[in-house]
Amino acid sequence: MKPEPLLDVAELSKRYALQPSGSPIARAIRRLRHGPEAVPKLHAVDDVSFTIGRGETVGLVGESGCGKSTLVRLIARLIDGNEGSIRLGASELTHIPAKRFASVDERVKIQMVFQDAGESINPRYTASDAISDPLRRLRGLSGDALRSKVEEAATRCGLPLELLSRYPHQLSGGQRARVGIARAIAVEPELLILDEPTAALDVSVQVVILQLLEKLKVELGMSYLFVSHDLNVVRLLCDRVLVMYLGKIVESGPAREVFANPAHPYTRALVDAVPDAKRPPSGRVRLSGEIASPIDPDPNTCRFVGRCPKAESLCRQAMPRLQPVRPGHQAACHFSSSGPQT
Amino acid sequence: MAAPALLVDNLSVEFQTRSGVVKALEGVSFNVAKGETLAVVGESGSGKSVTAYAVMGILDAAAAVTSGRAVLGGLDLLAASKEAMAEVRGREVAMIFQNPRTALNPIRRVGDQIADVLLRHANVTPNAAPREAIKLLETVGITDPVRRAKAYPFELSGGMCQRVMIAIALAAQPSLLIADEPTTGLDVTTQAIIMDIIAERASATGMATIFITHDLGLAAERADRIVVMHAGHVVEAQRTRDLFAHPRHPYTQALIAATPGHTSRLAELSTIGGNLPDLRAAKLPACRYAARCPRKLAICDSSLPSIDPTAPEALACHNPVSSPPMGEAA
Ligand SMILES: Nc1ncnc2c1ncn2[C@@H]1O[C@H](COP(=O)(O)OP(=O)(O)OP(=O)(O)O)[C@@H](O)[C@H]1O
Ligand SMILES: Nc1ncnc2c1ncn2[C@@H]1O[C@H](COP(=O)(O)OP(=O)(O)OP(=O)(O)O)[C@@H](O)[C@H]1O
Ligand code: SF4
Ligand SMILES: [Mg+2]
Ligand SMILES: [Mg+2]
Repeated sequence: MKPEPLLDVAELSKRYALQPSGSPIARAIRRLRHGPEAVPKLHAVDDVSFTIGRGETVGLVGESGCGKSTLVRLIARLIDGNEGSIRLGASELTHIPAKRFASVDERVKIQMVFQDAGESINPRYTASDAISDPLRRLRGLSGDALRSKVEEAATRCGLPLELLSRYPHQLSGGQRARVGIARAIAVEPELLILDEPTAALDVSVQVVILQLLEKLKVELGMSYLFVSHDLNVVRLLCDRVLVMYLGKIVESGPAREVFANPAHPYTRALVDAVPDAKRPPSGRVRLSGEIASPIDPDPNTCRFVGRCPKAESLCRQAMPRLQPVRPGHQAACHFSSSGPQT
Repeated sequence: MAAPALLVDNLSVEFQTRSGVVKALEGVSFNVAKGETLAVVGESGSGKSVTAYAVMGILDAAAAVTSGRAVLGGLDLLAASKEAMAEVRGREVAMIFQNPRTALNPIRRVGDQIADVLLRHANVTPNAAPREAIKLLETVGITDPVRRAKAYPFELSGGMCQRVMIAIALAAQPSLLIADEPTTGLDVTTQAIIMDIIAERASATGMATIFITHDLGLAAERADRIVVMHAGHVVEAQRTRDLFAHPRHPYTQALIAATPGHTSRLAELSTIGGNLPDLRAAKLPACRYAARCPRKLAICDSSLPSIDPTAPEALACHNPVSSPPMGEAA
């Protein structure tokens, strides 16, 4: 039997209610004629289930706007979902409203590094203040104990101690990113969520940060949920990868295998689009066709159907569910390729 | 040779700070032709954005342009009046900023923000502007554009905000587009769509593009030529294929080696040794890569080969990596 996962997300959904279209007067007339109308809903995260094991690194990739940030914000309990469950170890987190989550014990177990390290650090905080803050609030540290923890976290992240007195605008992008990571790991969370931590970094800083993350994983036994657009980075850093498309997980499995042998047509297109200095762009699949809208999508149609080179009539009649294609590797496609591709 | 769309010649920029003068750019020279896509690559802090801001005339108050010119259609942008520059910005030169969320107006609907630019810079009537704005949103791959036009930036994902910025830049129909990391927040399929749109514009209207990126793979695929910057200097420029086949500057070579391509293990990736020099130092070596360079000669501390701003190629190095074998150069 498999050991119990650290994080177990089941059937999680988040929908945003939108303004109905038309002017207020047009809407009033419509209401008079046709009765009350349904509020259109944007399905940002739609019935998502997955687990993360202890010490495991899971990557999350997918098209811009597919719901990655919404999903990780739900898990970090910054926003409330509509339904579903999020279990961390033995505790169910969805019972605690996001507003109150900051003050509960579980807070310390999940930390998040935000997309733009510069934006998430208070401009009036020095690097040292920024790293101290969660230690003081969540671990109740002060004085010498606090200082030594701050210095330990900074050193772990390769941040020279003389930079601790600097404000964010006096640090380079890479140094700021390291402050963001030091701040998140200082409290030694069980799960660290990183939302595109290296997007703004040049390659050499990026390599340093990735090697650091791998080292911390070994030293502290943390689990990671790592959102990135850089498939090369995900392949190098992650044990497993989740591929999202319009609010749904369409493929999951071992990172190397998924990228080497994508089973879902969307993953295939994604892998094919990676620019590569060492490989000229020839004969690549370029996605075309109509992109489905996340607003009130048809529950009985594959979300990828309008752009899919493999689509057949079945794809417009039934939503494909995640099904095993190889051990530990699943895809949600009626015609997923299970054998190795040529 | 036709006159370049933009010629940057010997541009130097300094910042006054409490802890000293930061010599952010020194003698930066390059050119970009009509219809050409020029990528500018280099480490964080190498001066890519500052170069763009100088050309746009939007350097912050602590900055001083200490030398050089940036010539666009006969006008030196660095010497132009505030009024002339306001006219040039948006109409002639448009910029996509590195951080789209902060560059957008947080309290104005995105459709209105695009329509504003259309009204100001393109021949579009107030009646037609909202419709045109929706069309542009559709062009940059935003689904349900009619509804999304009414969204505020916080209701859109990071990558959608980035695409709104791109729509705004294209709305002005500029002759020069400066795109500072235009696709960093985008997945590769959306990135491909966006880069196609920019390329289509370039070939249809002759728009020149300066494309700032730290993604060498993307530069390889999209740029005609590449300029490599390091610590406020242009160190090398070559046609894209030649640059990857025969990097001449040791820094270019290190940069290419640090790119994760088909490497199978993190530990195998090389990092670029050393750090960027402190640009506040009173005495910087003539070649600012000298302290990090494995090929350094004694002369590298005191002089640097100068580069020709109008040439398609540039190399600022005394001891470049071996030249292409005779006869192989295309
Ligand atoms: N506050 C909000 N109100 C309405 N819609 C929202 C809100 N926040 C997010 N959305 C919508 O939810 C969807 C998912 O957005 P999300 O930010 O999770 O995408 P993402 O996968 O992180 O994209 P990116 O890669 O571009 O950052 C988008 O369609 C977005 O417009
Ligand atoms: N307002 C300022 N005051 C002082 N120094 C500045 C200022 N703005 C920029 N600099 C310095 O100028 C140098 C070049 O910065 P620039 O933003 O152009 O780098 P970049 O190449 O765009 O890097 P990135 O890839 O991180 O965006 C850096 O050393 C930076 O610290
Ligand atoms: S289910 Fe059909 S439309 Fe959806 S990805 Fe598979 S083949 Fe394409
Ligand atoms: Mg996001
Ligand atoms: Mg920059």
